[in-house]
Amino acid sequence: MPTISIDQAKDEYDVVIVGSGAGGGQMAYTLTLAGIKCCMLEAGRSYDPVTETPMFNRPDQAPLGGASTPDKDLGFWDSTIDGGWEMPDEPYTQGCTDKDEQFTWWRARMMGGRTNHWGRISLRNGPYDFKPYSYDGLGFDWPISYEEVAPYYDKVEMLIGVHGTNEGMENTPDSPPGVLQPPPKARIGDLVAQKAGKKVGVPVVSIHRAVLTKRLDADTIPAKLHPGNKWAQDIVAKSMRARAACFWATPCNRGCSIKATYQSTTVHLPPALDTGNLDIIPNAHVREVMVGPDGKATGVLFIDKTTGREERVKGKAVVLAASSGETVRILLNSKSNRFPDGIANSSGKVGKYIMDTVAMSLRGQIPALENLPPHNEDGTGGAHVYSPWWAYGDQRQGKLNFARGYHIEIGATRRMPGGNSPVSMSYLRGLYGTKLKEEARRYYGSFISLASRGEMIPNEHCYAEIDPVVKDKWGVPVVRWHWKWTENELNMVMHGQETFAEMINEMGGTVVSKMAKTGYDIIRPGGNVKHEVGGARMGDDPSDSVCNKWSQTWDVPNLYLCDASSFTSNPDKNPTLTIMAMAWRCADRIIAEAAKGNV
Amino acid sequence: MNFDHRPARISRREVIKWFTTAAAAAQLGPNSIWGAEDDALPPGYGSDPKVAAIYERGDVWPLTLDDSQRRLVTFLADLILPEDEYGPAASALRVPDFIDEWVSAPYPKQRATRKRILPGLEFMDKLSEKKFGRKFTELSPAQGTAILDATMGQSGGDDLAQNAASFLHDFTSLCMGAYYGTPAGWKAIGYVGNMPLPSFDGPPQHVLDRVGVVQTVK
Repeated sequence: MPTISIDQAKDEYDVVIVGSGAGGGQMAYTLTLAGIKCCMLEAGRSYDPVTETPMFNRPDQAPLGGASTPDKDLGFWDSTIDGGWEMPDEPYTQGCTDKDEQFTWWRARMMGGRTNHWGRISLRNGPYDFKPYSYDGLGFDWPISYEEVAPYYDKVEMLIGVHGTNEGMENTPDSPPGVLQPPPKARIGDLVAQKAGKKVGVPVVSIHRAVLTKRLDADTIPAKLHPGNKWAQDIVAKSMRARAACFWATPCNRGCSIKATYQSTTVHLPPALDTGNLDIIPNAHVREVMVGPDGKATGVLFIDKTTGREERVKGKAVVLAASSGETVRILLNSKSNRFPDGIANSSGKVGKYIMDTVAMSLRGQIPALENLPPHNEDGTGGAHVYSPWWAYGDQRQGKLNFARGYHIEIGATRRMPGGNSPVSMSYLRGLYGTKLKEEARRYYGSFISLASRGEMIPNEHCYAEIDPVVKDKWGVPVVRWHWKWTENELNMVMHGQETFAEMINEMGGTVVSKMAKTGYDIIRPGGNVKHEVGGARMGDDPSDSVCNKWSQTWDVPNLYLCDASSFTSNPDKNPTLTIMAMAWRCADRIIAEAAKGNV
Repeated sequence: MNFDHRPARISRREVIKWFTTAAAAAQLGPNSIWGAEDDALPPGYGSDPKVAAIYERGDVWPLTLDDSQRRLVTFLADLILPEDEYGPAASALRVPDFIDEWVSAPYPKQRATRKRILPGLEFMDKLSEKKFGRKFTELSPAQGTAILDATMGQSGGDDLAQNAASFLHDFTSLCMGAYYGTPAGWKAIGYVGNMPLPSFDGPPQHVLDRVGVVQTVK
């Protein structure tokens, strides 16, 4: 991917964008296609999925069969570069020694950020999700409604390509006709889960994922995305034609060399670069936003990791899209006489109300799936079905002991074995020889995993601040995390356990996971789903929020936040699609401001 | 070779005697025989390895098993996953190379495995010498399986017996990860995939019928 060094940078850009993932990528795409000159800073190295993706590599061709190690937490082929749970050069700290009150932080240092390895699950927030306080009196409302964001969901889905179906379910929005790509067929375990779900009242339907099940229609979509801008349409059409449809092999988290899935590096950045309006500087570790005497942002100060030197890049506007935690770090470290508590922090809300997804899982062994005739279940390289939250009615009737909902991600596939035993060794204890092979064949593919992904209510105990002592390798003060689950989340995961056990039982199966006695036994640690959002929430009131409904900070009108830091709540819908929709919407605002001469 | 798993034909008393005398011969207690080995560690592959490259065992860190250990690993792996109607023997799929790479790796999980596997290999020889007067690799397949029958799946007994069973459990797990990460292993277990397809048609009709479900995605 073409990049520049700081000495090749222009004296000043229209917009400086920090981060190249879902938010930064979308921002760069929209702005550059509108003719705005942008400079993007990425903290990691450049990355080319076309040449660097291990598409068909087998376990016998990788160290340790591809098993996970501290160097590659999610396995050898996970596309994350120079990241993971721990990065020795860029540590973070905890505000508490109690494990239950600690935050786990996944980061990537590469072009495209976490969009290279993400799960591709692309769910729209629903109408309730933007007005959660109005719905049940908990948390905070967003200053926007679903109706205001819906056109941007439409555009993002058309651009990146999302497969799925419209089910007409409560608070699970349909997409307009013709927007979604065809869903992939269900796998055998999906259908078993669906049949059981029907009996226990849990719907199992086609999931929405950003994978092309057919090629994008490059002849018609660009005109819908960029009406009246033939130049932009041609660039986008060319980019769309460079993307192939899924060929039904290789897991998506490896990345995708044929560009069948959404990654910023294959969908957003190529057309943005084609405009000639984007310069990208890699290995740029941003420390702070620079401010002029008028209180407006003038650019950013960063450490060039290749030289260790402090550098500056100037812009008429600055967009932070570095991920919630990193954006909070940059805001709080941007101290000046005018902003002694960090930039855009007059409300004191920067770093506050961090949220993650509430998650647990249960695994079952299903005899009906034993010894099945071999057949190909690679599919799209990810989930094909899921269960949208279904119990709004029960909740309204006071039948549940928690608010909000969770969706179920169903893992049932005869996936590629290797590296680790393809069947839990507890099923093979004491066996060897042909009997061992027979039993492995019998049990392979007979396990189903049900995973809940739920909404957390924002609470004042979950926040990020700057550690007063610890600095990273480049002398930048690091983030210190504080975390605490509440009864709501703990009750939610126990409900998940009960529901999943019922479903597994209905499948004729046996729960093989250890059953939890309390929510703490089963809930995944804070941050563990890698969906950290919030920390600089948007709102209607400058004294109670960091940015307005356009993701524009109240205190600094040319500073915008376009990752999930501006999220007011964290619905169960997974954040990436909403990050992109909100970034596109924010970009339109910047374009409008530029037209008025304000940028 | 084609070895079926068979129930142990050796009395429990005799098994316990083997373990005790083998340990005594080695002058090792249950703790020391399964004890630690600590070498200087090579670096790992780092956080930015070339993931699309094709690797051979030994490419990223040196393999460390000596010849006698490799012979024992090969013999034992082939007893556990022999050639049969499902596929070739473990050694034909380079399972011993995988195990060598695993126990030679610098990471904590693999180092912990090494500390169980290396003493376990040594103990298999002691058991074999005590019972048959020969090293494990010099046994006939029938003698080798007699030792497996007596050792695998032990849940009771003393520490030595349990440790021996635990070693074979760990060793088998490594063999499984290696064997089924190959095209021949995929065929043996019934995995079909890792190939481009023009369409994804879902489970075939005979699979749907057998499970009693219908395809609901149009």
